[in-house]
Amino acid sequence: MIGAGIVGAACAYELSQRGRRVLVIDDGPGGATHAGMGHLVVMDDNPAELALSSASLAVWRQWLARMDSSCGYSHCGTLWIAADAEEMQAAADKQTRLQAAGIACTLLDAKALAQLEPALRKGLAGALQVGDDGVVYAPNAARWLLAQGGQSSGHTQGISVLHAQVSTIEDGRVCLSDGSKRSAPDIVLAAGLRASALCPDMPLQAKKGHLAISARYPGKVRHQLVELGYVKSAHQSSGTSVAFNVQPRPTGQLLIGSSRQFDNTDSAIEPVILARMLRRASDYLPCLGDMHIIRTWAGFRAATPDGLPLIGPHPHQSGLWLALGHEGLGVTTATATAQLIASGICASACSLDGSAYLPARLMQSA
Amino acid sequence: MNTNQAVVRFQLNGLAAQVPAGTSLAAALYLCGDGIARTSVSGQARAPFCGMGVCQECRVLVNAQSQLACQTLCAPGMVVESGAPS
Repeated sequence: MIGAGIVGAACAYELSQRGRRVLVIDDGPGGATHAGMGHLVVMDDNPAELALSSASLAVWRQWLARMDSSCGYSHCGTLWIAADAEEMQAAADKQTRLQAAGIACTLLDAKALAQLEPALRKGLAGALQVGDDGVVYAPNAARWLLAQGGQSSGHTQGISVLHAQVSTIEDGRVCLSDGSKRSAPDIVLAAGLRASALCPDMPLQAKKGHLAISARYPGKVRHQLVELGYVKSAHQSSGTSVAFNVQPRPTGQLLIGSSRQFDNTDSAIEPVILARMLRRASDYLPCLGDMHIIRTWAGFRAATPDGLPLIGPHPHQSGLWLALGHEGLGVTTATATAQLIASGICASACSLDGSAYLPARLMQSA
Repeated sequence: MNTNQAVVRFQLNGLAAQVPAGTSLAAALYLCGDGIARTSVSGQARAPFCGMGVCQECRVLVNAQSQLACQTLCAPGMVVESGAPS
C-alpha cells in the first residue's frame, strides 16, 4: 500500500480484515487527508457519486462504532442552505434524488432553519437537512485504522507501516529512495496527487483549497452548513471559486471553507482568496466577524476529469491497483473504495458495482 | 517598579490587580496571576508564546470578549478572565 492517508489506511484495514498482510509505505508529510475538512457527506451530483458516497457512509457507521474519541466523529448532519426560491427548488430536487436512494432527509422552511441554526443570517429561504452526515478528524481516523490492522481477524501482523519514499513501481516491485526493494503480489497506489510522480499519464489535476479554523465557540453552530451554490462552484473545471461551508468540530471550533483554484501547486496561503472565502462565510454566518480565526492553511484535492475517483486495476500494469482521485470526497468515500479494492484483490464479490470508477475509463491509451 | 509611574487598575479573575501604565495584558498575566492564558482542547494550560499576535496561544476573555493578551494593553476597569477553555 503506497500512501497512509485515509484511502490507503482504509484499504489496508479492509484487506487486513480479510486476512491479508499489508505493508503500508508512506513518506510522511501528509496530503489531502491532513489538509481537508473530514466531512462524511452524501453527494449526488451523478448516480455513481451517490452510490459510492451512500455505500461509504453505511460502512463508516460500522467502523465509527469501533473507533475511539480521538477520531473526532460528530453525527452533526448537513444543512444544505437555500438562499432564495431557486435554491429552495434545488433543495427539493435534491431531496427527491436522495430519498430515491434511501437517504433520510427533511426539507426545512425559513422558520425551521432559523430555529435550528439561529446564527445564520436572516432571510434565507430554507434548507435540506441530511441527518446521517457527519464529520471526522481524518488524520486520527487513518492512524486508528492502521493501528487496528488485523487485530479482529487474528493476524497480529496484519498491517505494518514503513516510513519511506517510493521512487519507482515496476513489475510487482516497489523501489525505495534508499535503493532497497519491496515486492508483493498486489500493489495499491493510494498516494493522491503524488501518484503522478510514480505512474505516467495519471489523469489527476490539483485543485487548491484554503481552510480556516476558529477558537472554541461551543453550541454556536450545530450542523455542518453548506450553501447549495456549493455544487455550482465545486464542479467548475477552471477559474477560482469560493463557497460557504462551515463545520462545528467536537472541540467547539468552527472549520471554515471553502475555495477552489486550478493550475496552482503553491501551498502558500493567498490572502485575496482567503479573504473572499471568509467574506462569503460571514455573509451566511455574520457572527464569524466577531470570532478568532486561529489557523489558516491550504491544501490540494486530487481531481479527475470526470469528477469520479480511479478505483481498480491499472489498465496496463498487472498487479497494480489504483485508489486515487477522490477530490474533496476522499474521507467520505475511503470506506467503499476499500471494499472495492479488497474485493478486487481477493477476487470476491462486492455489493457495490464498481464499474463507474474503473481507471480504464480515463487511461485507455497504453 | 517605578513608583512615580501611572498605574492601571483592572480585574483579573475576580480580584483587583494593578500594573504600570503601558503594560500588555500578556505581561500582566505573569505580574498579577499565574501566567496562564487559557486551557487547551486537551486540558493543558497555555501561556503567551510568540508575543506578537501570531501563535494565538494567549487568548483570554476581556470584558467577555475573546482577545489576544499580547495584543492588548491593560486599561482601567477592564474585566479579565484567564485560564478558561478557549
